[in-house]
Amino acid sequence: MDLNTIWFILIIIILAGYAILDGFDFGVGMLHLFNKSDKDRRLSINSIGPLWDGNEVWLVVGGGALFAAFPEVYATVFSGFYNAFILLLVMLIFRGVAIEFRSKSQNPKWRTLWDVSFSLGSLGSALIFGLAFGNLARGVQLDDRKNIVGGFLDLLNPYSILVGLTAVSLLVLHGAIFLIMKTEGEMRENINKRIKKMIFVFISFYVITSVSTFIYQPHLFVVFKRNIWLAVIPAVTLLLVLNIPREIHFGREFRAFLSSSGTIALLIGLVAIGIFPDIVLSNPGQQNSLNIYNSASTKSTLTTMLIIACIGAPLILSYTTVVYWIFRGKVKLDDHSY
Amino acid sequence: MDEVIIFLSRLQFALTNIFHYFYPPFSIGLGIFLVISEGIYMKTKNLLWLQITRFWTKIFALTFTIGVATGIPMEFQFGTNWADYSRYVGDVFGSALAAEGIFAFFLESGFLAILVFGSGKVSPGFHYFSTIMVCLGAHFSAVWIVVANSWMQTPAGFEVVMGPNGMRAEIIDFWAMVFNPSSMVRLLHVIMGCWLAGTFFVLSVSAWYIIKKKHLEFAEASMKAALIIALIISLSQLFISGDRSVKMVHAYQPAKFAAMEGHWKSGPADMAILGYIDEEAGETKGLKIPGMTSWLIDFNSALPVKGLDSIPADERPPLQITFQSYHLMIAIGVFLIILSVTGCVLWWRGSLFKPNSKFILWIFVFSVLLPVTANTAGWITAEVGRQPWIVYGLMKTAAGVSPNLSRSQLYFSNILFFFLYLMLFAVFVYVLNSKIQHGPDPAETSAPIVPLTQRIREILRKSKRDI
Repeated sequence: MDLNTIWFILIIIILAGYAILDGFDFGVGMLHLFNKSDKDRRLSINSIGPLWDGNEVWLVVGGGALFAAFPEVYATVFSGFYNAFILLLVMLIFRGVAIEFRSKSQNPKWRTLWDVSFSLGSLGSALIFGLAFGNLARGVQLDDRKNIVGGFLDLLNPYSILVGLTAVSLLVLHGAIFLIMKTEGEMRENINKRIKKMIFVFISFYVITSVSTFIYQPHLFVVFKRNIWLAVIPAVTLLLVLNIPREIHFGREFRAFLSSSGTIALLIGLVAIGIFPDIVLSNPGQQNSLNIYNSASTKSTLTTMLIIACIGAPLILSYTTVVYWIFRGKVKLDDHSY
Repeated sequence: MDEVIIFLSRLQFALTNIFHYFYPPFSIGLGIFLVISEGIYMKTKNLLWLQITRFWTKIFALTFTIGVATGIPMEFQFGTNWADYSRYVGDVFGSALAAEGIFAFFLESGFLAILVFGSGKVSPGFHYFSTIMVCLGAHFSAVWIVVANSWMQTPAGFEVVMGPNGMRAEIIDFWAMVFNPSSMVRLLHVIMGCWLAGTFFVLSVSAWYIIKKKHLEFAEASMKAALIIALIISLSQLFISGDRSVKMVHAYQPAKFAAMEGHWKSGPADMAILGYIDEEAGETKGLKIPGMTSWLIDFNSALPVKGLDSIPADERPPLQITFQSYHLMIAIGVFLIILSVTGCVLWWRGSLFKPNSKFILWIFVFSVLLPVTANTAGWITAEVGRQPWIVYGLMKTAAGVSPNLSRSQLYFSNILFFFLYLMLFAVFVYVLNSKIQHGPDPAETSAPIVPLTQRIREILRKSKRDI
């Protein structure tokens, strides 16, 4: 395996890590307004309180790693999705500061303002990430200078919208499972009552998206046809998806959470395998695609970065473990809470 | 390339950076203060210092969150607005940004959770350890971002060759890139600027409490600790770090240096104390000390310094902005020294906390704005003074902009960011003010806690029993 492939895999791992971790933050955010009382809303915010900005660091690190390893992709994607990306940044900012600002005043209007910001910011972020992901899976048109052709409205094609909605439904479910793990009593019951609907909605989207990917995006299946053993991955994904209602039914929410996390990672992985070795597929005009070779940094930078990653990864995993360990269990409100 | 697009992209970068840079210096400076104050508490077990630590932790968390939120666009703006720059330098520049994320942000955000929410969940020793890690993380992020920026000022360790899609800079020596000629000098300068911001923040709030006769014990203790730090740092910032920075710019960036000093004719350089640049007449008007700049560089007032006359007009930075922001920074630096010395003298005489010192205390209350302004002015000097280059001597700013942006996209993002950041700033000030009005909560040590190690041991024991 060459360095370029290793870095492609690492970037996908960071992306999947980000989607799983900030994913439940988005989910909690999107469900936030369904909590009616101030206490429940505080509980929902405090369930992610100590965790969310660590989760967001995955995005920043992903951006940095992409810049260092595949600068052409970094430049092309972010300048090409300019408006969508600026909107995404605005949503992420709103969501983040809403968490911090909300608790700083007792005024109900103030709190409602930040509740709505938190919720809409989460919804918008999840939707835009999904849209962007759909477009990358489908392919976008690149010119011969590797710039994306087309504007904001071109991103809003039916397939990508479908992927966007699927992402939203999956992250809502993922966040709900997280909340079941973190809360107790009436609040937990309320989510438990709704979770069947969420599972149903997600599985419907999952089926529709899978079928339309099969029909409309044949390029993603070429590699699977050539290496039939890779079909194990979509099969495992399906099993994980079906495992979610099963674990919920038996009240094993942690296992359900692992299943939804695995689902997120594998869905990202499937697309990554489908487009490999391209990263930004040009469709139409395949010769302009950015792949792991023509978009990469030099061998020397990829090596340096790999050393940095090898030093950094154990550190990052240990902090993350320590923090999740310390803040495990049901969320309780105290005077340090938001 | 459309001039308007270049201008708006630069404006947006300046705007988002200036707004962003209100917050990180507070995090870095307060980080150090928290390590000191919690350290004093750990040593003396005096609850007053626990109270001080808890109060400033809350303020720290506020500045940190807004710092993170406003910082995310920074990481991505090279891609959105400066795509051709990213393509050209990504191989060299990208790794510094990635290292910042990997080594600094994870450390900082992970332990911040424990610092803010963890008391009661972890032992005091582990809590203090987290405080130190957060502070370290904040400093690491300064290291890598200053390294990245310094490479743009004094590029090193690379060569320009044909890449897969055109010419680009490729790394040949990673450590030469990291330790480029300006990075360590600038790092020291930036970090001391942050320490000053944090210190004067503490001074400002403490002085206000003293004037209002609230939380006196808390405020006097904080103020004394902060005054000592302020005195040491303001002096070393000007005489050690500032001096070295000036010599470095003189050695490596003659055009910037000439603009900063308003030095037109190559030859011995005067030092302008206060003045303005008359670009049409080709001279700097105002109060000057003859030969002083030359003397400061080499203790030789006749040392010839390259003037603006030997720099072609299209390679000069915008002169007035560079000159004025540099002078503003120096003036503030000098004033902060005077203020710290005055504060210390009054404290030594025992009159600082008396009613007749009200005037000086009010100056302290507003003094928090000074290091903030000086930090921003310093960055403006560094960045505007580097123009017309985006990477000094290697790539012009105009060549770095994303080729596929339209004016309307830039109007959209500039307006959006402007109002968003303005609103954030307003809310920040409002929330900060209410926190300061509320004041510190009385400190009580929380319920006894089981240290993490003991907990893990218990769990291991339990699992053994289960087997």
